[in-house]
Amino acid sequence: MEIVRRPQLKSTAIDRGVPTLPLYRSAPSLEVRLEDFELYAIDRLRVLTGISDGLSRGKRPEEMEKLVAELWKANMRHPQASEVMNKDIISHFVLRLVYCRTYGLCALSLDYCCFHFLAYRVRILAHREDLRKWFLSMETALFRYRFRLQTAEAQRAVLAEFQLPYKAVTTSEFEVIKDKLTLVARSINQTLPTADAIFYKVPFQEVPELVAGRRVFLSDGYAYVAMNQVVSLVATQFRSLLSKALTLTNRKWMSTIREQEKDRLTPIVEALSTSYVGPDYSVGREFGEVSLKDIDNVAKSSFPLCMRHLFDKLREDHHLKHWGRMQLGLFLKVLLNSIGLFMEFIWNISKLPHPLTLAFTCYLSNPLMQQPMELGVGLKLDDALAFWKAEFSQKVGAERFDKEYAYSIRHNYGKEGKRVDYTPYSCQKIISLTPSVGDHHGCPYRHFSEENLRAALCKMGVNSGGVEDVMDKVRHKHYQLACTLTFEAIHGCPNDAGINHPNQYFSDSQKILKSKVKCLRISFLVTSVIDLEFPPISTVHSLHP
Amino acid sequence: MVIEEAVNGKDDMLIDGQMADQVLPSGFNLNFLNLYYAKLFPYGDIFKWMSYGNDGKHPACDKSYFGRRELSFTLENDIYLRFLSFNSVSELEKGIREKCPFKIDIGPVYSVDPSKRHAYAQSGENVFKPVERELIFDIDITDYDDVRYCCSGADVCLDCWPLMTAAIKVINTALRDDFGFRHILWVYSGRRGVHCWVCDGKARRLTNEQRAAIADYFRVYKGSENSKKKVSLTGHALHPFLVRSYTEVLKDLFEQTLLSSQQIFSTEDRCEKVLEMIPDESVAAELRGRWQKRSSGSKDDINAVRWEHLKHTLQSGRHKGQGLRRCVEEIVFSFSYPRLDMEVSKHMNHLLKAPFCVHPKTGRVCVPIDPVHCHEFDPTTVPTLSQLLQELNSGGMGQEGDNDWDRTSLGESVRFFRSSFLEPLLKACKEEMESAYNSKLQQSKNSLSW
Repeated sequence: MEIVRRPQLKSTAIDRGVPTLPLYRSAPSLEVRLEDFELYAIDRLRVLTGISDGLSRGKRPEEMEKLVAELWKANMRHPQASEVMNKDIISHFVLRLVYCRTYGLCALSLDYCCFHFLAYRVRILAHREDLRKWFLSMETALFRYRFRLQTAEAQRAVLAEFQLPYKAVTTSEFEVIKDKLTLVARSINQTLPTADAIFYKVPFQEVPELVAGRRVFLSDGYAYVAMNQVVSLVATQFRSLLSKALTLTNRKWMSTIREQEKDRLTPIVEALSTSYVGPDYSVGREFGEVSLKDIDNVAKSSFPLCMRHLFDKLREDHHLKHWGRMQLGLFLKVLLNSIGLFMEFIWNISKLPHPLTLAFTCYLSNPLMQQPMELGVGLKLDDALAFWKAEFSQKVGAERFDKEYAYSIRHNYGKEGKRVDYTPYSCQKIISLTPSVGDHHGCPYRHFSEENLRAALCKMGVNSGGVEDVMDKVRHKHYQLACTLTFEAIHGCPNDAGINHPNQYFSDSQKILKSKVKCLRISFLVTSVIDLEFPPISTVHSLHP
Repeated sequence: MVIEEAVNGKDDMLIDGQMADQVLPSGFNLNFLNLYYAKLFPYGDIFKWMSYGNDGKHPACDKSYFGRRELSFTLENDIYLRFLSFNSVSELEKGIREKCPFKIDIGPVYSVDPSKRHAYAQSGENVFKPVERELIFDIDITDYDDVRYCCSGADVCLDCWPLMTAAIKVINTALRDDFGFRHILWVYSGRRGVHCWVCDGKARRLTNEQRAAIADYFRVYKGSENSKKKVSLTGHALHPFLVRSYTEVLKDLFEQTLLSSQQIFSTEDRCEKVLEMIPDESVAAELRGRWQKRSSGSKDDINAVRWEHLKHTLQSGRHKGQGLRRCVEEIVFSFSYPRLDMEVSKHMNHLLKAPFCVHPKTGRVCVPIDPVHCHEFDPTTVPTLSQLLQELNSGGMGQEGDNDWDRTSLGESVRFFRSSFLEPLLKACKEEMESAYNSKLQQSKNSLSW
């Protein structure tokens, strides 16, 4: 595949009359615009994420089929009909590049001499190993359901493409076993085989799912597979092909492509691997205000378990390690809806006195302070920093402020380092993080022991029946469903959308609660601050033990 | 105890001077075991089996094969030694005789010698992992405790043993007819169950996923404390495998044997247990009412009579209901269908006790069972350790080079092992090896030719 900057496209896939369902066996010779490289991949990622979501909700195969048809239609179309196939193929191969990478990178990371960075890199790589498995599973699922949606003719073409050495059962053979085939069909409530029904004779090892469910007739080591069951066969083949291909792609990426493309494709590929494709939580929308005094209360009522745990630990230890700061910090950034409060959070964990005065000075200077604030509106970061620095240089010295604190504040706003604005982590990302000793991040439904999880759920206010339901989901590794059930138990009403993102949990929760309780507005605190007339720091600090 | 009976009842046997004065203790102890390992344990046969033809002279033989097989020993005081391996039959014999293990387990063949596993990485190319392992099954009669009333726990008797017989028949037929396996060894576990070793090359190379699929194919009973009905046969018909199992084995087992040997309908509690399996409460109530007014003086076996009532009521067609369609079969399956230990079969690295071990609690030898004549197998007459040693002593001096086991009851088992299992297996291995070798030669010839 040749990546070019020119706008024109030459396509040959459709002309060759290949089946409408590509097998992605080899990269085609197509020219792709750089912009399309990224856009196509993101569209496909939306489809894969949608599938992942559907599966984790336990949707049945018929429902998944529908979902896949909808997702494909919504995301993978193209104004030019001839381009639809190209988009399919190109997007798949781009995502292969994104998701093929694994531990191979570790050796190259040794140029980072700081151990902290190395540990950071290793954690990213572990995350990637899970992502590779995720990609493999979702692409296989996508293929499986698209196959089911094809016509019988198209399905036969795919079977031929795979060069599966499975023979169609001859008429005479069919006559001999017809009764048994009928019995099997009746036992699984399928349509009965007619005289012209096609069955494939396949070694039983190739179709473990069908054997396990007693959905095929077995004789002398062969399974007799009905046409509609061939999906299983084909999905297994697809998966194994893709798995091998990913290993090869990884080698190629590491040895040549990554370096060659470091100014062009590599940054796009790297960015895609950390992107979250779901509802946009990078901008605070209609979250309403959350004040400092409120934080402890909303933590109890509206934080999902993962954030509640981190928050409690922060209050207890006055400290969180790196990933915990990332996970909680990014979550809160959206919540707190103001730069000042976010800075307050960082100061909290730096163990310095609580800068209430500065925070509200920021508010006061905002002409729109009476209205709910959107992130980004209001005091500019630079102005706030300047004010902050002036206020605290007496205590820590201007130099130290610049060195130690300004950097980290600016970093989290994307002003330093990679210059990427970190978006709050989705459930998917959080579930993939693995905490080690001394860490409190990750998804508690995945990492807590049964005992601890039960205790945490009780503390959150889930009744014993609810706890059992949640534990059942956990045992089946449906962590997001477990969180959804927790939400439903605590709020006493259903959450049909299901929980995919901690900020979504928070906003859904707040919506329910606000309709029940009047919200505390910022103005209350502003008034109290004005009344207090900027008290000395020690007094302020005592308000928040 | 059985052992003492065996000893006392044989007063008239010629007993070697040394033993005459001793009252033999209950059949299992370290000294006896030492003797057993010295004289009777068939090392050569086990070695030949585990080598699968690789101990021969053919160029295709893999000399490292036997050495990559994991064995484990359980010693006295429950000391457990894992990841043991041996490179030859003499090393095997030496190892066993030195340690005198109470139990020997056989594990998989690994990619490298298991005792050297730490030298290899856990991921990437040179991985330590299982590469071959027989397909195994473990059936334990304690898994049937909720449907057998004659014994419970570790006990087994001739009233409940037919459950094991049925399990062997059902599984063996399926392994041969459905899955196409040929080299199947059934072994008595020594106390209360049976083990099955499927040794075809095809079976040894199965992945965990495929093993799980086979185990699930066999699974019917889904027990859990919470549901009353543990067998649920939905669908308008039964799968041919279940039909065959029912008509050839289970129906008769239930009606001819279990009904009376287990007295399934003899008390109110036991009747209730069956009635709970009927999803339609009105049907259950009807039967319950009928049975409460027990007509006295009837000479017919109450179990058979009540079973007829039940069948008639459910199959008469009077009551139509979703769950009732297969209720009769479900009840029969609940009481008689094989219950496998799924975990044993699903993983390549699961260890299983070796045949010809002696069970520490019963002293009985784990002898092979002939599946064709499994209904004749009697677990209460399986040779015990002390019995064998007695036989050895009294059998007189044999010729030099004779096998000692031939002078004892063990002889029958070893001969059966060889003729019906080992010899056909090794013949097939040889053929497989030769044909694979020849086709490889052919391939390389083809690729070299211009």
